[in-house]
Amino acid sequence: MARGPIARPTGFWRQLDVAARYTFPAASMMLGLFVIGMPFGLPGQAELWPVYSIACVYFWSLYRPASLPAPVVALAGVLLGLLGLSPLGLWAVLLLVLQGVVLAARRRLAQQPFLLTWLVFCGLAMACSGLAWILESLLTLKMLPAQPLVIEALFSAGLYPAVAGFFIRAHRGPAAVELA
Amino acid sequence: MDVNNEYGLVWFQPSYGEFSVIRLSVPFRQALSRLTLPVMLMFSLGLVLIGRADQNFSDHLQIGLDDLLAPAYQLVDEPIEAVEHGGGIAGHLFDLDAENARLRAENATLLQWQGVAMALEAQNAALKASLNYVPSPAPHFFTGNVVADLGGVYARSVLVELPRSGEGDVVGAVAMDGRGVAGRVVDAGDRAARVLLITDLNSRVPVAIGPTGQPAMMAGTNGPDPALLYWAPGHPPAEGAVVLTSAVGGAFPPGLPVGVVHYDGQNDPEVLPLADLASLRLLRLFSYPVSLPQLTPIPHEAERVAAHAHARKQKHRS
Repeated sequence: MARGPIARPTGFWRQLDVAARYTFPAASMMLGLFVIGMPFGLPGQAELWPVYSIACVYFWSLYRPASLPAPVVALAGVLLGLLGLSPLGLWAVLLLVLQGVVLAARRRLAQQPFLLTWLVFCGLAMACSGLAWILESLLTLKMLPAQPLVIEALFSAGLYPAVAGFFIRAHRGPAAVELA
Repeated sequence: MDVNNEYGLVWFQPSYGEFSVIRLSVPFRQALSRLTLPVMLMFSLGLVLIGRADQNFSDHLQIGLDDLLAPAYQLVDEPIEAVEHGGGIAGHLFDLDAENARLRAENATLLQWQGVAMALEAQNAALKASLNYVPSPAPHFFTGNVVADLGGVYARSVLVELPRSGEGDVVGAVAMDGRGVAGRVVDAGDRAARVLLITDLNSRVPVAIGPTGQPAMMAGTNGPDPALLYWAPGHPPAEGAVVLTSAVGGAFPPGLPVGVVHYDGQNDPEVLPLADLASLRLLRLFSYPVSLPQLTPIPHEAERVAAHAHARKQKHRS
């Protein structure tokens, strides 16, 4: 057998491969939203929804923005709002603003060590949750309890390394369009 | 490698520029990609406005999503429950003996209670007979599986699967688990109904406290135990008093068990719900024909027409 460069499939199969890799971030985000809604009966499951979505938008906007275009983020935001019974479109606005912020800072932020991106994520997640709390209180005209904010803060600080670890593997493997 | 337009299947637009179905000039494409974020942002803000202006729109979306998700969650629900119940036979073998002893003791207590209940039932029947009591109509009910607890960060609700036979309009039905009131159906599609739990921030249930039926309002706080509001000043509800629903407002039938009064750390009265709200598996939905809720004030004329239509429907049903 001749040892040459690995034979890559061409045509249709290659395009399918590229498509699968390209849609991986969006698909994993939607699947995550679905899985978090399963009836496990765990405490704080509802708080996991916004934290996971924020982590997805943050990570993929930072390292692979082409794979998570704005319409997908808007759709995920609308879904998140419908699942979590918050006002329609509120989370879509928040996630898009988050994406805008991350895209603006990505040239500098993407080169930073992991610890710093983790800290920045915690700050942004808290800002998003806080904004959601304020806007939802305003839209429903009542003072919402602040306790979920604490849970969201703990989740975003504690779970980001695990989520990011999974995403970094995906970023180098199944989501890497350039490897197709 | 030139695979452009070969199959016409490439609908996405990777930034690598190698594949593209529609060839656009680079500056135009850059401008387009820069525009999507602001355009989507405007679109989302528009959605927020639409959601504020027309609650029905988001309700419809919600019901559509619930109907879509209910069968999917139903599929994953069974394995999760199997795991929860200790993995079948092997999981139960170890504590069969203790379980049997516990059940025997419980059975003995329940038999005593059965005697008490029968005596009370007879006494109740005798009292009702001497009062010429008109019984309230029996509610139509069915049992539904709780397929998901899709509460949000600031919302407490569960999704109940509706039976295939079609139960008619279940909006407004009272949901109870084996022990007490859990909530009410706020919207329903073809396959699933969403039950707003009594712990939700938006939940308000008129209740009657204790043997005298002291009126109060039970309001959800997003926490595990709803608060008691608007009780008669000077007559605070007694610790441990039983809380039943009250017919005030016509949203609930009277006398359904809700919970018991308890004073929290700040000495504010709250209700410990009888229903096991943290792990609901089955809910019975009771549709009470006479006390259909009128959630929005409707003008007199419309009310009469609606009442006629309702009466006709009742006649049709019976």
